[in-house]
Amino acid sequence: MDPEYRFSHKHVLGLADLSPEDIQAVLQTAESFKEISARSIKKVPTLRGKTIINFFFEPSTRTRLSFEVAAKRMSADTFNISNSGSSTVKGETLIDTARNLAAMNPDCIILRHPRSGSARLLADHVEVSVINAGDGTHEHPSQGLLDLMTVREAKGGIAGLKIAIIGDIAHSRVAHSNIIGFSKMGATVTVSGPATLIPPGIGELGAQVSRSVMEAVDGADVIMALRIQKERQQDPLFPTLREYAKFFGISQKVVEAASPEAIIMHPGPINRGVELDPKLADGSRSVILEQVTNGVAVRMALIYLIMGGD
Amino acid sequence: MPGSILLKNGRVIDPANGIDQIQDVLIAGGRISAVSQPGSLPDQGGVVYDLQGKWVVPGLIDMHVHLREPGQEYKETIETGTRAAAAGGFTAVAAMPNTKPVNDNQTVTVFILAKAAEAGFARVYPVGAISSGSNGEHLAEFGELRQAGAVAVTDDGLPVGNSQLMRRALEYAGNHDLLVISHAEEMTLSHGGAMNDGALATRLGLRGIPHVAEEIMVYRDLALAEFTGRPIHIAHVSTRESLSLIRRAKEKGVAVTAETAPHYFTLTEKAVDGYNTLAKMNPPLRTEADVVAVCEALRDGTLDAIATDHAPHGELDKDREFDLAANGIIGLETAVPLTLQLVRENQLDARRMMELLSVNPARILGVPGGTLSVGAPADITVIDPEKRFVFTEESILSKSRNSPFLGWELQGKAVLTILEGRITWQENGFSS
Repeated sequence: MDPEYRFSHKHVLGLADLSPEDIQAVLQTAESFKEISARSIKKVPTLRGKTIINFFFEPSTRTRLSFEVAAKRMSADTFNISNSGSSTVKGETLIDTARNLAAMNPDCIILRHPRSGSARLLADHVEVSVINAGDGTHEHPSQGLLDLMTVREAKGGIAGLKIAIIGDIAHSRVAHSNIIGFSKMGATVTVSGPATLIPPGIGELGAQVSRSVMEAVDGADVIMALRIQKERQQDPLFPTLREYAKFFGISQKVVEAASPEAIIMHPGPINRGVELDPKLADGSRSVILEQVTNGVAVRMALIYLIMGGD
Repeated sequence: MPGSILLKNGRVIDPANGIDQIQDVLIAGGRISAVSQPGSLPDQGGVVYDLQGKWVVPGLIDMHVHLREPGQEYKETIETGTRAAAAGGFTAVAAMPNTKPVNDNQTVTVFILAKAAEAGFARVYPVGAISSGSNGEHLAEFGELRQAGAVAVTDDGLPVGNSQLMRRALEYAGNHDLLVISHAEEMTLSHGGAMNDGALATRLGLRGIPHVAEEIMVYRDLALAEFTGRPIHIAHVSTRESLSLIRRAKEKGVAVTAETAPHYFTLTEKAVDGYNTLAKMNPPLRTEADVVAVCEALRDGTLDAIATDHAPHGELDKDREFDLAANGIIGLETAVPLTLQLVRENQLDARRMMELLSVNPARILGVPGGTLSVGAPADITVIDPEKRFVFTEESILSKSRNSPFLGWELQGKAVLTILEGRITWQENGFSS
């Protein structure tokens, strides 16, 4: 990497805004931080005296905890606000709430919100750094980065790999960030799923579309299954979960079409037996828990880098 | 009665009388009293304007505005909205019924007309609702709406989802000589959508409104107009395929008229990028191909009118999550320069521009205006086609500021607006 390079972003709102060099920097930093979580005393003083607010408008276990663990391992003070506990339920606007939070001088706000573009809206209206922890169906950049880190660890690199992402591409911010991130880093991304869940113009984000799952995973180095959101069942998107599992679920047979060394990923939480055969989720090819471990390291790196660490 | 006004040496563009030449226009007693060779009319001791380089045209008529009163006076009132209209060169506007309460009865219509008369900036033609409460169930009282002064009916803002209701509305409107205006949107396709469907919506993670959502309803309403033999007017047409449907219907002799708005020939969906809620509207901004088709349709007569769909909203409605932000933009004060841009690009000539902004709206709504004939009410707009200005929040007369054209350098402006011989707008720095 260019020795003059510095990570110069104040906010991390999406992988679309990061250059390959930025992504490289986050991954390298994350790799160097990963060891902290393996120590018996899992804490470094790097961000002592810094304040981080986790502002979560959607239910989240993994991402919220991962950000909190990441911040605490670097000695930052963290505060959690969820939608039900925030004044937005009293009618306050997102911008007003954020301005009030900002007036307490935090160093970073981490936002999870059901509306696309909300992280950008916040960043435009407050002085403080914003990390997007998932906004609607737009992006989930820290998830994309932890997936990149996991693949890089497992495969030794990203350029030239074949990545197959299967499932609800239309409503998945994880898919969007991954398509952008993997293609920026030189991998080939193919998506497949019910045609009702493949959004228009996904090719412009960098993905190829395949009608059949078998074709999409053919020779793939990475198979990523996406969560089917059962709450979307009111929309006539596919007939039944049963039929979905049969035609679009990742089964042993599907995996056999991939590269013999293919790894299996899932952003969680898994609907076992719907988008992923439970045996595969727990099998030797699965790196699903490694994704979670790397999530902490990537989030440590993001927080560190946007607070001006070098 | 206001005193006389002599408009000298302006380029008079009056398609109704086939005039496009330098003429003097004399206004007296609120009416046009003479149009003649430059220098041939006596100054009657009134105000005299030398309008060299300016256009003198029949007062502009915007057949699609939202004045928000009664009910949402924080966005606009009849007074502020009609003042903005006058500043934009309009002498008349048709006010959509989606006020609070909805204009589905004579009481609201009478209220709107009283407020408009009190303000005195423009003629206001109330448009009544098709269904009571615009809830798509029962016909509103068309007869009383008409008697009170409504000129048309629509559930604008919402489509009439029930085809039987739309059929009955077309039939029954015939009893009361009311025009039916269609807001064409197939709601099961557009539901939850925030912008045009396509690659940009995917990238932004926003739910799309596919162009077929408009076209399916345009087709339905054309079919119903043909079936009932009643005229229909299609509001805010935004897609290429809607236009070809309308073109074909006109060729078949269906009594259809149609309007578009300046944003549909000026902007594409790209204006939304970055979650710009000032470019959020319904129907949504479309693609370059649609813009080209709209321009073509303005030229070839498929579109009859340019209407602004002036839709004022407060900051609270716009400065928020894109999905949740209100649809619509203000348009009265930018229509003239944006349309003149098409004239400068030779997409339209000046005469066609005046047909679209004055002659045809008057004809479609069945109201006075659209002409500079001697004896007609003196509703006249003077346009300086060369005047350049930056469109800023400070310059806006509407109560709301929600325009995607803020900060644009525009060219062409109404410098003088005259309503029944009274000056309702005079541009700063412009004088007799």
